[in-house]
Amino acid sequence: MEQKKNISRIFIGFAILFLIVILLENLSSFIPGLPQVFQPTSPLFTVLKKAAVYSLVAVSMNLLNGFTGLFSLGQAGFMLLGAYTYAILMVPSDQKEQVYYLFGGCAFNFSLLDMFGGIFGKTGVGGAISMIISCLIALILAGAVAGFFAYLIGIPVLRLKSDYLAIATLGFAEILRAIFQWQKLGKITNGANMIKGFPTFSSFNITNASGATILRLSTFVPFLVSSVCILIIVLLINSSYGRAFKSIRDDEIAAEAMGISLFKHKMLSFVISSFFAGVGGALFAMYVANAQAKAFTSVMTYEILLIVVIGGVGSVSGSVIATFLYVACSEWWLRFLDSEQYIGGFKVPLLRNGFRMVVFSVVIMVIVLFFSQGIMGGNEINIGAFLKKISSKSERKR
Amino acid sequence: MEYVISVLLSGISVGGQYALIAIGYTLVYGILRLINFAHGDVFMVAGLLGIYLTATMPVYVSIPLVILITVFLGFIIERAAYRPLRSAPRMSVMISAIGVSYLLQNTATYVTGGQPMTYPVIPFLSSTVNVAGTQTKWVVILTPILVLVLVYALNMLINKTKVGMAMRAVSKDFETSRLMGIRINAIISVTFVIGSALAAVGSVLFFTNYPAITPMAGAMPGLKAFVAAVFGGIGSIPGAVIGAFIIGICETIIKGLPSAWDVSVFSDAFTFALLIVILIFKPQGLFGEAATDKV
Repeated sequence: MEQKKNISRIFIGFAILFLIVILLENLSSFIPGLPQVFQPTSPLFTVLKKAAVYSLVAVSMNLLNGFTGLFSLGQAGFMLLGAYTYAILMVPSDQKEQVYYLFGGCAFNFSLLDMFGGIFGKTGVGGAISMIISCLIALILAGAVAGFFAYLIGIPVLRLKSDYLAIATLGFAEILRAIFQWQKLGKITNGANMIKGFPTFSSFNITNASGATILRLSTFVPFLVSSVCILIIVLLINSSYGRAFKSIRDDEIAAEAMGISLFKHKMLSFVISSFFAGVGGALFAMYVANAQAKAFTSVMTYEILLIVVIGGVGSVSGSVIATFLYVACSEWWLRFLDSEQYIGGFKVPLLRNGFRMVVFSVVIMVIVLFFSQGIMGGNEINIGAFLKKISSKSERKR
Repeated sequence: MEYVISVLLSGISVGGQYALIAIGYTLVYGILRLINFAHGDVFMVAGLLGIYLTATMPVYVSIPLVILITVFLGFIIERAAYRPLRSAPRMSVMISAIGVSYLLQNTATYVTGGQPMTYPVIPFLSSTVNVAGTQTKWVVILTPILVLVLVYALNMLINKTKVGMAMRAVSKDFETSRLMGIRINAIISVTFVIGSALAAVGSVLFFTNYPAITPMAGAMPGLKAFVAAVFGGIGSIPGAVIGAFIIGICETIIKGLPSAWDVSVFSDAFTFALLIVILIFKPQGLFGEAATDKV
């Protein structure tokens, strides 16, 4: 009974969150004359979108590094697979000629968007349905491709121990990046050029017949997808599989002695984590509105790893909080460090392009060295319990 | 034929440059069991120091100074970022190494403004020489010789001196060597000093051959040098050197293949493929000792 209540509270919590997000991004169209922060072009929404995408990738990495104890650095590679799968499947046929002009068209003349567009129609409500269904299928396929490759890679690699595993997965990510940049595959991957023209987050904004936006959903969509995925990961972590993962992390030998098949569970964790990294990669492609192998370097993996560490290795809510803080700092709050600032007549020294990242990495080093627990340590914020506390407090007031 | 010779020559020289970095990795890994991700970036910083210092002073002053400052940098990094985590899990130390690498890259971007910097012409190294009918730079000829001399010296240091004996002891067993009265921290500092000095020498040779240094220029050579160290058997210096030469030669051969095949994208990927093959079939590397895990 109590558990059921808790679950319903969690759902209410998420519903409130989504409502707030939708309200926030549509505020400017209801109330004119709001400060710049609430305009659709404000960095606030860039941060929210990017952080929603990154938080999914961070949580998927945490599943592997924090909960199963497998130190893998292949996340960018799986994101790349997801991003390309999504992009290739979703570019409409009539745009392929233009996107692949360097290679004289695409060898893969199929688009999920067109397929469902043919069934439900391309405009109006039918267009919306076909967009949602094709996007959903493309996201799932993006994850599936990443998961499948993770399975193939996992067979040899998962036998390796800690740092060897790290460097081998890093190597695989680099190999994947090289393959996708190979000009010979240009008819499918567009070589080293970017693939664009597929639906992005802003394609989900509802427009009226004349093209004016009625309801913005471009921030809500990544929030929804990431929340659902993170919820699935949390359910997995709390299941018996999750307990097996944690026991492998804490002591491999003891876990094996208790009858947990090491390889099977490591593989499971690796494939699932890569699946969600693939979905995250597809979301990332939607966020930047293009897919290009050059973006998915090891630096991206390091960035996500540092987010996980800041949030606390082994804490899902920590990863999410850390992602929002990290992205907000790097994209918005610390931007002022990159340009010259004056306090009165005094020119603040050192401020110039690139200083933001220096400050940022110093902060990260301080966290890594002195606060190795991160924000949350291994603890979680329980939304259900949190809401219960609030509701019981308000009851007491009455 | 001339083409083959020139490819081989540059392969050997690239291999030599990787070898100088790989020694740093293998020494540190042998003692601390840590992949020092920041080592490649120390190498890059040494390259940048070379540019800034040579701009203001003559070469015979600036290059020793580059080596000195790089050594100091390596020493400081170990002191500040790795020593506090001595008793922490291995994963935290590796994350700290990644953090240091991030810091060095970002600082380099800040200082250079993100622009690629051109390495200065060092009088003797950059002048050309004629070998078997192919024009090449002196640095290409000099690198393997210098590497062999340095490796010989290092081998003497490790096998014949007291410090070397202590280093071997620490890499065998941390705790026991501490009980035997070896000052572990001092030995680890010495390791980082040697590694950084070799990386600095490597950077002078490496960047003389390359048009420009970017803040990311150290990451890839660093990773390749690490692969070389694994390939040769981690902890073994001759192994690291041979591994580095093999990787350097293979890489230049792949880059030198006919451009119609368009395989030069794979010059980096090949190194990692090699790493994975080695890890699967002979995880201890060519010359490494097989380690047994105690339960």
